[in-house]
Amino acid sequence: MIPTPMWRRYARFFGADPAADVEDELRFHLETKTEELIAQGWQPDEARKEAERQFGDLSTIRKVGRAFGQKDEKRKHSRDYWSDARQDLRYTFRILLRDRGFAVISVFILALAIGANIAVFSVVNSLLLRPLPFPESDRLVWIAPPPSECGLSCATYSADAYDEFRAGNRTFQDVTGYFAFSTADNLRLRGHGDPIPVTGLDVIGNFFQVLGVQPAMGRLFTADEGRNGGRPVVLLSNAFWRRQFAADSNIVGKAISLSGQAGELVTVVGVLPASFDFGAVFAPGTKVDVFTPLYLDQARNWGNIVTLVGRLKPHVTIAQALDDANRIAPDIYFNVKYPETKGRYKGNLIPVALKDHVTGALRRSLIILWSAVGLILLIAGVNLSNLMLARSAARAKEFAIRGALGASRSRVVRQLLIESLVLSSAGAVLGVALAATLLKWLSHQGSLALPLLSTLQIDSHAAGWTVLIVTFTALLFGFLPGLRMSRINHQEVLKDSGQGAGLGRTHDRLRSILVVSEIALACVLLITAGLLLRSFLKVLDVDLGFRPDSAASIKLDYEDSAPTSEAAAAKRGAIFQQVIAQISALPGVEAAGIADYLPLGPNRQWDEPAPQGKTFAPGTLPAPLVYVVSPGFFRAMGIQLQGRDFTWADNLQSQRVVLINQSAARVYWPGESAVGKILMRGNEADHVIGVVDDVREENVESATGSQIYYPATQQNPAGAQLVIRTSLPPASLATSVLHILRALNPRQPAAEFRPLRTIVDRAVSPRRFFMMLVGAFASLGILLAALGIYGVISYSVTQKTQEIGVRMALGASSGRVQRDVILNTLRLAAIGILVGTSVSIASSHLIASLLFGTSPWDMATYTAMMSAIIAVALMSGYLPARRASRVDPLAALRVQ
Amino acid sequence: MDTKLEFLRGTLDVLILKALVWGPLHGYAITSLIRGHSDNALLLEEGTLYPALWRLQSKGLLAAEWGLSENNRKAKFYRLTSEGRRQLYQEIKIWEAYATAVAKVLSAKEPSLSEVAK
Repeated sequence: MIPTPMWRRYARFFGADPAADVEDELRFHLETKTEELIAQGWQPDEARKEAERQFGDLSTIRKVGRAFGQKDEKRKHSRDYWSDARQDLRYTFRILLRDRGFAVISVFILALAIGANIAVFSVVNSLLLRPLPFPESDRLVWIAPPPSECGLSCATYSADAYDEFRAGNRTFQDVTGYFAFSTADNLRLRGHGDPIPVTGLDVIGNFFQVLGVQPAMGRLFTADEGRNGGRPVVLLSNAFWRRQFAADSNIVGKAISLSGQAGELVTVVGVLPASFDFGAVFAPGTKVDVFTPLYLDQARNWGNIVTLVGRLKPHVTIAQALDDANRIAPDIYFNVKYPETKGRYKGNLIPVALKDHVTGALRRSLIILWSAVGLILLIAGVNLSNLMLARSAARAKEFAIRGALGASRSRVVRQLLIESLVLSSAGAVLGVALAATLLKWLSHQGSLALPLLSTLQIDSHAAGWTVLIVTFTALLFGFLPGLRMSRINHQEVLKDSGQGAGLGRTHDRLRSILVVSEIALACVLLITAGLLLRSFLKVLDVDLGFRPDSAASIKLDYEDSAPTSEAAAAKRGAIFQQVIAQISALPGVEAAGIADYLPLGPNRQWDEPAPQGKTFAPGTLPAPLVYVVSPGFFRAMGIQLQGRDFTWADNLQSQRVVLINQSAARVYWPGESAVGKILMRGNEADHVIGVVDDVREENVESATGSQIYYPATQQNPAGAQLVIRTSLPPASLATSVLHILRALNPRQPAAEFRPLRTIVDRAVSPRRFFMMLVGAFASLGILLAALGIYGVISYSVTQKTQEIGVRMALGASSGRVQRDVILNTLRLAAIGILVGTSVSIASSHLIASLLFGTSPWDMATYTAMMSAIIAVALMSGYLPARRASRVDPLAALRVQ
Repeated sequence: MDTKLEFLRGTLDVLILKALVWGPLHGYAITSLIRGHSDNALLLEEGTLYPALWRLQSKGLLAAEWGLSENNRKAKFYRLTSEGRRQLYQEIKIWEAYATAVAKVLSAKEPSLSEVAK
């Protein structure tokens, strides 16, 4: 073969052309053949034809050739690409292995930032973005009156109203509801051994059908079972079935002994699926074990008792449903037996999307949380950008050499991008593990009063989000240093002898800008966290009206059935008196008392009593929250009382007596003492014997309206919670208390002995949760910022070693040098704080609604957080400053 | 009897590999070489050579390069890769074993009955 001629080297200059190559090759063959034939004596024309004949099917072969050519070309391209990428990747791993400290720190920072982001995204996703765990859940609506101060009774409807609304509406496919006044551990399960407390809930027969919940086993309630006199049946929640019946697959059809007040056998008709968690959707922080049908006919005269949930017809909007509800509301009776109650629900039937009801109140908090982790990610990205820059300054020579050897600028950028991508991917892997652990822990926090927590998981959306933030982070901290490095003047760097010299002031300025933005971001986070913390402290400081510490409660079982209500009241009084006497005799017990409802839990109202001898405009009298209590209850709760407490002598033979709270007293007898006055309920006169402090009822953060207390010996309580105040740790009493209750009543179940503090904790748990999370993120943010400050200052000290040496040789004291470095640090911190505070002030309206008793411009918080940042800046600047002050001028000048 | 023999499947590949054993050649030279060495006994429709060449190249048994032919034209020269060389020796071995076996059978004498019965 003759060596390749010059021209051939440029033949492929404009890229490969496989088709032309095939053409050239075949033409060569035919021409050579033709020449040979001519040499053998053929006529030129004939020779050409003969050559083509001997060649065969020219066009097919040409096609085959082109196909092969294209295939090879493609393969070559991808081979080149992948071999380059592999090379870069291998190089990256080698570099990171060499710089192990840098790699470990970056992956750690990224894992924290990415992990926090994935975890919070999963929470946001479960609570806000994902639909509720029901089929076509967008058609489910919550029907309730507008929010008011009067508790659960104002948020519910009567049985008659439910029936009429269900029959009269045109926009709902069906409407259902559940009994709103259920309490925890309201039933007992008896089998072998001690009775076990069980939480049961009465639901309207069609409840599960409307929600679209299919049983995991067995069936749902039939229409007959929802009517009075229907066969007693029960549906088990999946968790209860597993826990209590060891997931018995033959449970359906069995009868179990499940009782409230009177013992009875009920048949298990089905087990609900694990995906259905009533508490998670309707009552965060609680669990329901069993469901029984609510007999509406029995409940006709009970007033407002059901909470309504409806399923809209397809394509009906909430607005249309509202119009429909407003249309029929005037025709709905509170109780059909009393014509004057028609229209009482006017304007009080308001459908909202169930999803909004469940999570709407959390939207703001979650968005703040989401922003907080977003800031963390930004800070982490900026931090790494800074580290990367510091490293790339040290690597300037390496890049200069690569550039001199012909590596393009894009190749340098690509190299840095691959490095950042590898780091952030490693961070993401760790971060996902971190987030998964966190979410697993969170989803088992049953006492945290947040909805849908049990559905928390890392799903495909979260995975997608992870990929997104990994790419974003990698771009954030790979691109900037990459661009910067690709712009350096290679010759300058190579001429300079010192390592990494020649990057100059712009480099320093860029790094300073990054640190300032880090401090600003951390400042925003800290101020947010500070405001939330202050709010939380304010919430803890709220006067609850009772003293939750060193007191506990236990649900008391008693049997007071008697032929007449007088006999029942007497029997009940005797039981209560005996229980309280025996419990009070326990060492360490200071007081004991009984109430049917405790604060910060469910509550109820009866009617609107009127002060005797006064006239109020119709509709202006409140319906107070009602509590039926025993003597001693107020002392046990630590509720302040003016006047006298109930006594055991306040029975049905004596005068009717009540206690009211201060709010009620102010409404009924403004400016006068309420003690000794009379409240009229219909024809019944109740003598007010005392006034007690307002007790926080619905939640810790909002004030309570009117409250009224009746003695348990004159009114029928809806159960009994025994409250014990003790000088000992409450938990140490649990056994002896239960022992006494068992001795008095063998049917007393082993109910939970709950310190009152836990009731308050549960009520403030969402606020605590958000405060802790934002606080943790803020700490992380300031830690990262500290790292950033330290990095930059330390680097600049190293860079200026020589300069410092000269200054010291010229007589600058080491104190002076140290002061300069620290001042430089403070300058950065001050600019960062200035920017961060401005951003915080400008965006304060976003957080205002989440604060309690705290201004979004709270001076104390701002000052405290600024001082914190300055302190952190001082600390991170101190180490490099000390190093600078110890520079030996002679040694520094000898270098180079 | 027609002395022009049809190609058995796969044979062409071996012949191409063999043709390149002494050095790089362009397509036309390969045809001439095969025709010459077989004393014109093997009928080769010249065009069919090329798909075979491309296939072998794509498999990595051949490598190609552009160069100048004897008549000073630009031509594509093929050469054996080390992989191609290995392949060739393997094919040759198989061919020889095959040919020996076939030849043995064809040149066999009538066996005695007793031997067959065994």
